[in-house]
Amino acid sequence: MRFASKRQTLQSVDGDDGVSLLIVEPEDMWHAHNLISEGDVINAPAWRKVTLTTATGSTAAKSVRTNLSIRVKSTFFDPLVSELKVSGTVVNENDYVNVGQHHTITLRYDKADIKFTIWKQTGWDSVALQQLKEALSEDRPDAIAAVVMHEGLANICLITEFRTVIKQRLEVSIPKKRSAASEASKGMENFYDKTLAALRANVDFSIPRTLLLASPGFVAQDFRAYMAAEATRRGDKELARIAKEAVVVHSSSGHVHGLNEVLKSPEVLKTIGNAKFTTETNLMDTFHERLRKDDGRAWYGTKPVEKAVAEGAVGRGGGVLLVNNAFFRSLDVATRKKYVAIVDKVKADGGDVRLLSSDHESGKRLDALGGIAALLTYPMFDLDEDDEEEEEETERVPEQEMAAMVI
Amino acid sequence: MSRHQYIRNLDYQDALDEYEGYSDEEDDELSPEDRELMTQGTAAVQAALGVEASKVTVAQIEEALWHYYYDVDKSVAYLISKFVNPAPKPAKAQPQQRTGKSAICALSLADHAVLLDHDLPTDWATKTSDLTDTAAPAIFGSSSRMGSRCQTSSQPRPSLAHLFHDMPWGNVPAHRATTFLPPPIPRGGLLGGSGTASKMSKLQALAAARKKKAQEQSAASNAVAEAVTGLNGLSVGDGAAPSKSKSWARVEIDFDGPLYGVDGQGRPPPEDDRSSLDWFEVRRRKRDDSDRYEDVVVLFPNLPQSARDAFAKPSPDDIVLAAQAKSQTKAGQKATPASKTKKTAPAAGNGDAGAEEPKAVEAPLPKSRNLDVLSEFERHKGKKSASFVVVGHVDAGKSTMMGRLLLDLKVVDQRAVEKLRKEAHTIGKSSFALAWVLDQHAEERARGVTIDIATNRFETDKTIFTILDAPGHQDFIPNMIAGASQADFAILVIDASVGAFEAGLKGQTREHSLLIRSMGVSRIIVAVNKLDMVSWSQERFEEIKNQMSGFLSMASFQAKNVAFVPVSGLHGDNLVHRSSDPAAAWYTGPTLLEELEKSEPSGRALTNPLRMTASEVYRTMQSPVTVSGRIDAGSLQVGDALLVQPSGEKAYVKSLLADDMPADWAVAGQSVVLHLSHIDPIHVRVGDIICDPAKPIARADRFTMKALAFDFLTPMQVDVHRGRLHAAGRIEAIPALLDKVTGAVAKKKPKIVKPGTVARIVVQLESQVPLEAGQRVVLRSGGQTVAAGLLE
Ligand SMILES: Nc1nc2c(ncn2[C@@H]2O[C@H](COP(=O)(O)OP(=O)(O)OP(=O)(O)O)[C@@H](O)[C@H]2O)c(=O)[nH]1
Ligand SMILES: [Mg+2]
Repeated sequence: MRFASKRQTLQSVDGDDGVSLLIVEPEDMWHAHNLISEGDVINAPAWRKVTLTTATGSTAAKSVRTNLSIRVKSTFFDPLVSELKVSGTVVNENDYVNVGQHHTITLRYDKADIKFTIWKQTGWDSVALQQLKEALSEDRPDAIAAVVMHEGLANICLITEFRTVIKQRLEVSIPKKRSAASEASKGMENFYDKTLAALRANVDFSIPRTLLLASPGFVAQDFRAYMAAEATRRGDKELARIAKEAVVVHSSSGHVHGLNEVLKSPEVLKTIGNAKFTTETNLMDTFHERLRKDDGRAWYGTKPVEKAVAEGAVGRGGGVLLVNNAFFRSLDVATRKKYVAIVDKVKADGGDVRLLSSDHESGKRLDALGGIAALLTYPMFDLDEDDEEEEEETERVPEQEMAAMVI
Repeated sequence: MSRHQYIRNLDYQDALDEYEGYSDEEDDELSPEDRELMTQGTAAVQAALGVEASKVTVAQIEEALWHYYYDVDKSVAYLISKFVNPAPKPAKAQPQQRTGKSAICALSLADHAVLLDHDLPTDWATKTSDLTDTAAPAIFGSSSRMGSRCQTSSQPRPSLAHLFHDMPWGNVPAHRATTFLPPPIPRGGLLGGSGTASKMSKLQALAAARKKKAQEQSAASNAVAEAVTGLNGLSVGDGAAPSKSKSWARVEIDFDGPLYGVDGQGRPPPEDDRSSLDWFEVRRRKRDDSDRYEDVVVLFPNLPQSARDAFAKPSPDDIVLAAQAKSQTKAGQKATPASKTKKTAPAAGNGDAGAEEPKAVEAPLPKSRNLDVLSEFERHKGKKSASFVVVGHVDAGKSTMMGRLLLDLKVVDQRAVEKLRKEAHTIGKSSFALAWVLDQHAEERARGVTIDIATNRFETDKTIFTILDAPGHQDFIPNMIAGASQADFAILVIDASVGAFEAGLKGQTREHSLLIRSMGVSRIIVAVNKLDMVSWSQERFEEIKNQMSGFLSMASFQAKNVAFVPVSGLHGDNLVHRSSDPAAAWYTGPTLLEELEKSEPSGRALTNPLRMTASEVYRTMQSPVTVSGRIDAGSLQVGDALLVQPSGEKAYVKSLLADDMPADWAVAGQSVVLHLSHIDPIHVRVGDIICDPAKPIARADRFTMKALAFDFLTPMQVDVHRGRLHAAGRIEAIPALLDKVTGAVAKKKPKIVKPGTVARIVVQLESQVPLEAGQRVVLRSGGQTVAAGLLE
């Protein structure tokens, strides 16, 4: 996204101002989705259906293009086509609409840059500004394509800086029969064939693009060999290039969360360097590592994090607050203010605030933990025990004692 | 919004199978045999009807015969009730309330509709009939094809002009004039298939949608239907005058031709039940013997493919689902009166169950001998069957050992092994020759590693053993879990060579032992292998035995259930025959085979409801849907009706093999191969559960389990394994830490669960799977088993 006005800068964005932005790439709709919350006012071009009455008295329906300002009631983002639908009620009247009428504006990337303006209900607080800053960042790396697969299952994904889009999920049942090896390998071939077709249909390889093939066992490797063989058979130069450049990575399952392992594998770091998502993946790993150590320096969930931040434990010298961006999407004004205050406190204490993208697998891991977590600079205990009676920390059970398990 | 919009969950296999389904069943009209039967049947029916025969058309007779599998008596009864002496027609109800939506479905008629105000009726009628006759617009293409199919009918097709015969043309008051808008998207509407009366779960809806696709309906015929419905709407929908009812009734009688049929198929005018009588085969069938009935609407089983293709555009699942959700209530209500006469409650779980089921094209149901399987089993006094899984770290020699065992037991002959040896030699893998007896897939052989479970069978005097040779590699643990879930006991193979045992103990020797224990296997035979490589060192054997006994007792294997045998799988020492190597003379205990024979299979849940996990699904000469696996609980026999979950489809046992022998019945614990009938292959997948339709297993996408943590647990993403089933999910909540001994709550809502402790956890899955209490579930994450336990 870009500011619509050349003179506008991030620094000059002021609390209650409207900020006008240009949609310059499909990814922008995702950012718009994060920026626009309920209660905000947006002004954008819209199509409105109107009924015209002709001289003869007959009526005809016609769509007219008009700029509308609406107060946002809800938003819906379609990740596959990168389209954001914003519904709300009209706040300024014009020839076609009256105040209070309902309208849904669809924002999408178009060849001509589309301009829209946002007025934040809560003003441009630090979280909104951080989101705006991310939305403005220039020269994005191209999306990486990945196929995460295991026998009979393939997920075709596109990984951009901020999100992972599952373009297609493919399930092919492979006949299994003992002593009918040929049937099964025919089944695998069929599976590869379909995966390849889906990959070509969903990912544009005309521009240089990294392709990751990830699977447990040999599936990804075999798929790559299959692509190369097909390229020769069909005399398809492009496919030959794709197969040659594809990076085979190990993942322990073909489900999409296998990407967590993929994105931190050395092969990937070598090819794509330190992208936002690899940092996020690493952060989540660090968090889980700390949690395992149980040294009182990793906490998740709103209450414990709130307490830790209030004590100043998430500050200079390694304090990190991890929040999912989706977390802010659906908050009411009061709750949002509370969380913005937490964010501001961490920043004031010199800690690091990371807004993780909930549309990446690392963000999903944070989601599982309630969308908010913190790495503390010093240990704190019992942050989660307010209404519960004090309990003895369960002794770390040596492996030897697994015997007594109830199972 | 539904997930479907996020992820196009395309299933090519389904799409393909469905397509094949079409061509198999529908494309070519009738096979010569069918044609023959049909001609005979028609003559017989006409004879039976006598003078009344003139009241029904040949097409109607054929239709009836088709549904009743050429049962003349049933067809005659049906025809009499429907055509000859129809039940008194209910008084024509209110002028129909057409919703805007139905009205706009007249599609391209919108243009013509404008003419309504101005043109003369004859004009309009002519236009319309022109349309149908020339098949110019695609929507009418199918109806005209229908027409040509029905040319066999003895009645000439009446002119469409009748339809509009007393329309108040041109006098429609302005406020009632319909405004036609272009349809926003092709709507699914009533596609037939299953319209359940009650609300459907997402998955049921999906299953229904699949089933529907598999049947002959498509959005195409539906669009035709709606178009024509819209057309009828023009003629009668607006008429408020009482005389309208008469005209409508007359229209019905006149139009038993194709056009009306298409109307009936789609969306018959509300409140008019009779329209459905003629053209729907509507039946209610009791599903799963629960109290819910499902209306089954069979529409035009003979509708030619071309007609259906007229509109065949792949419509997104959503449209189908949404449309179905909309139409099912209507369809359900509609179908009710029609079905009363035919309602039959199928007898629970035996061959008669589906006699009335309108599986239009299938062969008759397999006959059940109605055996009392359990007393047969008592009487049988055959060999007992037992299965064991062979586990252990990668390259421990599991497959080689089993290959050797089979060779020594003469299940495979020396010649076959020699052949394998040659083949293995040519690719430089001669040491794997014996393993190739089990490892049959090209990838496995090329790489010298087992990838998936291999099943094999051998017999001793008392027992039929099923070998489940598991892969040792960490990446294939999902397959190992599938094998272990079918096992009564286990052989744990340990590579005794220097360093290998130690590596295994950190790897899959440990993970496999913990897994099989938590999956319910309590008896374990530890085969200390490759002792030839350490010159049969008794010391090494004792060292391994000591360490392993300690570890296994920690993993809660009781000492009396653990045995150790020093072996060499490659050379066959102490497998079937005692070692002849003097260096091995120190061992005098039982051989591996003797230990196997001492193992009692675990108790069988013979009287519980039938449960069987599909381990393999494939095509055979006997049936395109052949399923193999082990019966976990209950029993079954030839002719039984079965329910496949999660698809919720019924199937019948055509024939079966129990422990590789043709049989009439099988009980829990046996490994069986079922040849199923009356089910489409798309409804049965590896990992599905086959169960008793009277006591089906439920589906769920969320469950609570009591889990033993193998690793730290927090709310996190996990792979969920249950037998062959492998689903994505996440630990959503950890309500409590439990006391390992008493199971009482030790701490509420822990932040983290430590390895070796037991917790109650809640898991959310991405899709619905068959689940029930007592099942054993394994959770993995990042290639590690993180927990295992029992569903609560
Ligand atoms: N010397 C010796 N070698 C053995 C023995 N048993 C197996 N091997 C060798 O060990 C290697 C691995 O054997 P496999 O039977 O494929 O091992 P596995 O446990 O089935 O391996 P996975 O299924 O891949 O986990 C082969 O080269 C065998 O020849 C034995 O008793 N003595
Ligand atoms: Mg093996």
